[in-house]
Amino acid sequence: MRELGRILGRELPALLLLGGLAAAPFIGFGEGYMLTLLARMMILAMAAVSLSFIVAGAGLVSLGHAATLGFGAYAVVILDDLQVVDALFVLPAAILAAAGFALVTGAVAIRTSGVNFIMITLAFGQMAFFTASSLSGYGGDDGYTLYARTEVNGARLLDDRLVFHFVCLGALVLTWLLCRMLLASRFGRVLRAVRGNPMRAQALGFSPYPYRLTAYVIAGALGGAAGFLFANATEFVAPAYISWQRSGELLFMVILGGLSGLHGALLGAIGFVLLEEWLSHQWEHWRIAFGVLLILAVLFLPGGLSGIPAQLGRMLRRG
Amino acid sequence: MAEPLLALHGLRKRFGGLAVTDDVSLDVMPGEIHAIIGPNGAGKTTLINEISGVLPVDAGRILFAGQDITRLPLHRRARRGLARSFQITSIIPDFTALENAALAVQAGDGTSFRFFRPAGSERRLNEAALAALDSVGLAHRAATPAGAMSHGEKRQLELAIALATQPRLLLLDEPLAGAGPEETERLVSLLRGLRGRYTIVLVEHDMQAVFALADRISVLVYGRLIATGGPDAIRHNTEVRAAYLGEDDLPLAGAPC
Repeated sequence: MRELGRILGRELPALLLLGGLAAAPFIGFGEGYMLTLLARMMILAMAAVSLSFIVAGAGLVSLGHAATLGFGAYAVVILDDLQVVDALFVLPAAILAAAGFALVTGAVAIRTSGVNFIMITLAFGQMAFFTASSLSGYGGDDGYTLYARTEVNGARLLDDRLVFHFVCLGALVLTWLLCRMLLASRFGRVLRAVRGNPMRAQALGFSPYPYRLTAYVIAGALGGAAGFLFANATEFVAPAYISWQRSGELLFMVILGGLSGLHGALLGAIGFVLLEEWLSHQWEHWRIAFGVLLILAVLFLPGGLSGIPAQLGRMLRRG
Repeated sequence: MAEPLLALHGLRKRFGGLAVTDDVSLDVMPGEIHAIIGPNGAGKTTLINEISGVLPVDAGRILFAGQDITRLPLHRRARRGLARSFQITSIIPDFTALENAALAVQAGDGTSFRFFRPAGSERRLNEAALAALDSVGLAHRAATPAGAMSHGEKRQLELAIALATQPRLLLLDEPLAGAGPEETERLVSLLRGLRGRYTIVLVEHDMQAVFALADRISVLVYGRLIATGGPDAIRHNTEVRAAYLGEDDLPLAGAPC
């Protein structure tokens, strides 16, 4: 019982956020525009959580994570063009495409570390971006508009906005639970050990490479699932989805939220999207203010948004 | 005579023009504590790094339990039962003491590609980890994050991590480095308790401790082994005395133990 209380206490921020997202449509955020924003928020949060899994969990700072979303989204596009529109085929294809991309690029990238790893993932991401731009059959730079949302076993389930809201929420919760479970497992313990002290982990008999590559592929697969949802949310896919700016935004969400746990990525993604939305309505040149705010957040919130309570506690104690 | 557990044959290693390991051959017998001493810069840590697999050698062979491990990477050697501690404390700072030791137990307990069960609640790992902590007197600190421990405690934890892998050979690189007098005393009696149960290669600057613990001592000077023998033989070896000329830390006859 006390154990349960402890777990609830530790996961409280994440549970509150997820509970809030579940309640949102019923407490005044139920109209179309709001649901679109919430879906975008949850899908990006899903991508951010999967990125946080490799950044915070394995020390793999990828600047090419958007490419896995791109592979998922373009899987939807290509199958849509072939008139394969059932989630039964489309979702596994999106996940496998992104996981395959992560496997091939990760196999090379994970041989490096630090800045080199960041640059290699960036380079692979840009390769995916330019490849997508050159797919003239799918609109090239202009992007591709889907005929319709993906069907689920023949039913046009995802067309219902409320259903889609809860599909996105479900996917986000599953992603969060999966990453959490993995980090707590033996596998995750080795990952965290390799991040904390690679030499120690090797001296105990663990070769970092297979663990890191496995984590990278899992994060890629989750990115692919998020890409599948993204394509369905907007019913439109363009190379801009894969650009390095998007990868940078995802990384920023992770850092903004804080690296101490997966809930940081949830918080970071939600905070990022809300701030972006609010500022863009205030001022035409909102990106300037956005940039300044993000810089301030990094400077003054070392533990990210999720570290604010602890930071306040320390300040109060110091008086 | 029994087979040596560890045998070095003509190891050589150069850093640029400097021979840091110069034709070193050495046998470590099962169950012995074999100390490697030498003045600063003699290449003691380099030798430990070569044995454990952190550094590749330029020439020579390393046999462990009769098998050639010269080309095996660090983690493969660890899997065969070679555990090491580091001169500069090498623990995982965000893990608790227990999780540090549990990770070491996990290393010897089948595959770690297990994704579902929380590792923190695996009783088998935790019990063995706690036993390792207990053997170095850290059981009461099991839940403390390793990064928050005192220097002496970290040295003890480092030892517990090495023991938790149930190694066939322990490579200890200056386990007493930076420890205060009281901590040193505790660590030495701890190491004495391991005698006979583990085969240990010990690199240490504290000569009192070395002469109290070691069954045999090898003396390394500028990468060359100049002598190997029991503590008494080494203490009276003129070449060794010459090498340590000007240093006060070689205890002469009848050093207190």
